[in-house]
Amino acid sequence: MTGLLTRRNVVIVALLLFLVLLPVYSAVFDKPFLITLFSRIIILAMAAASLNLIMGYGGMVSFGHAVYIGIGGYAVGILAQESFPSGFLQWPVAIAVSALFALVIGVLCLRTRGVYFIMITLAFAQLLYYVAVGLDRYGGDDGLTIYQRSEFVSPLDLSNKTQFYYICLVLLFAIIGLTWRLINSRFGMVIQGSHSNDLRMRAIGFPTFRYKLTCFVIAGAICGLAGALLANHTEFVSPAMMHWTRSGDLIVMVVLGGMGSLFGPLVGAVALLVLEEALSGITEYWQIILGPLLLLVVLFARGGIIGLLSRGRA
Amino acid sequence: MSEPLLQVSHLVKRFEGIVASDDIALVVEAGELHAVIGPNGAGKTSLILQLSGQLTPDSGRVTFAGVDITTMPMHRRAALGLARSFQIASLFLDLSVLDNVMLAVQAHSGHSFRFWRNARLETELCQPALALLERVGLADRAEQRASDLSHGEHRLVELAMALAGRPRMLLLDEPMAGLGPEESARMIAMLRDLKHQVTILLVEHDMEAVFALANHVTVLVYGRVIATGAPEVIRTNVQVREAYLGEQEAGHV
Repeated sequence: MTGLLTRRNVVIVALLLFLVLLPVYSAVFDKPFLITLFSRIIILAMAAASLNLIMGYGGMVSFGHAVYIGIGGYAVGILAQESFPSGFLQWPVAIAVSALFALVIGVLCLRTRGVYFIMITLAFAQLLYYVAVGLDRYGGDDGLTIYQRSEFVSPLDLSNKTQFYYICLVLLFAIIGLTWRLINSRFGMVIQGSHSNDLRMRAIGFPTFRYKLTCFVIAGAICGLAGALLANHTEFVSPAMMHWTRSGDLIVMVVLGGMGSLFGPLVGAVALLVLEEALSGITEYWQIILGPLLLLVVLFARGGIIGLLSRGRA
Repeated sequence: MSEPLLQVSHLVKRFEGIVASDDIALVVEAGELHAVIGPNGAGKTSLILQLSGQLTPDSGRVTFAGVDITTMPMHRRAALGLARSFQIASLFLDLSVLDNVMLAVQAHSGHSFRFWRNARLETELCQPALALLERVGLADRAEQRASDLSHGEHRLVELAMALAGRPRMLLLDEPMAGLGPEESARMIAMLRDLKHQVTILLVEHDMEAVFALANHVTVLVYGRVIATGAPEVIRTNVQVREAYLGEQEAGHV
């Protein structure tokens, strides 16, 4: 594991290069669906990265993380519906409302641990899911079509697919960079310490609850931003955005890619969604293939794909 | 004589019929190494837990440096200068040895709502942590994962962490337990060195260590203090010999 030229780093750099150059490829070979697919992958990678912050580094396994995608998405959808198309309003609102919900949910959930934490986060997500189903004014179960993407000042134009793709990519890089700073800061050390041994953290003088809560809120806010992007991407929001299976997908991405590694969620999101895309082209029953594959990773590749790549050398 | 650093009076703790602490009185003067000994089940660990705040007494009073800490939460006691090392080493096993000690240093250097600077590059955290590892003789293991260290080395990391807050008093819960003879000797040397710098309350099974180190010994049997005094006095105390040192240790005494 000496030097920068490890197998893991080579794969990560290759993946990042691929993502940066993808629009060129898609333009040259006239495959516009690739941009659409990968915009979606990048957005979900952001959500997975935010989950990784609390789950991978903080040990807080939230089974309701997609709820912030929904909140962020609905913030954009509802504001667009009410004729507030400005992204300068929509996006901060999406982030702030998600953070606020994360604060309330966190205060109540972080008093529990283990399975109880998982179940309570799931319960809150379900609660908000049904609230969204009940929002008749905004489409209820059927969802809400967004007729106009978030407006920014020109030359920024989110309707331009290539531009939108790069905006997502830059934001993803920013989030990964932010995570990197966070986890290595004093704050991050406290989060990792309390993941490792919470009792001991309190014994040496850290009031861990407030740090974990802050982390939970930051993750919620980031995921809310991903929701705002996803709403712009699909030009549609519906309760399905925050369905518990979506929360499960996010967990799978993080575990598949590698919990507690910086690029794990991105790798996991790409792997899961590309596999899903490829397998569903082969057979209608693609989940029969995907399921066992995931099982193999969980059983034999602790640390996910990233872990597998770093281990290969030793 | 000035006020004692730690004073325990009329401490009582019951667990469903068992009296773990039965009207315990204990005085630890600043600067001394005070050992608490007693047979298994004498309530030594319960006493430590109540002093560190992990267990709340049913009645009685604990004062530290003149402050009533009887019901104070753990992290505030730590802030007052009362540090505890765990009987079973309780480290951050998946972090590096240096990270472990750095976290202990960080706990005593203000709040940790600092989100941007790389904590591992802050000399303010790194240097004291490395100095502490140097002091317990583990400087060369700093970058290893804590889980890769031996049992005895875990104890030393514990000690370094307990010292990180420059405590006024250390609560040491059986620091020799489970150590081999060599590691034990290393620990005794370390404590002999330390006792000139910090007041220590030592709960220990190892008689050799206790009589080698302590200025003052308190004997606990069934939750009750049966004797307290200088090691020589305790050694010859008939009650103690009967109750504790008895047959099993008679040869050594």
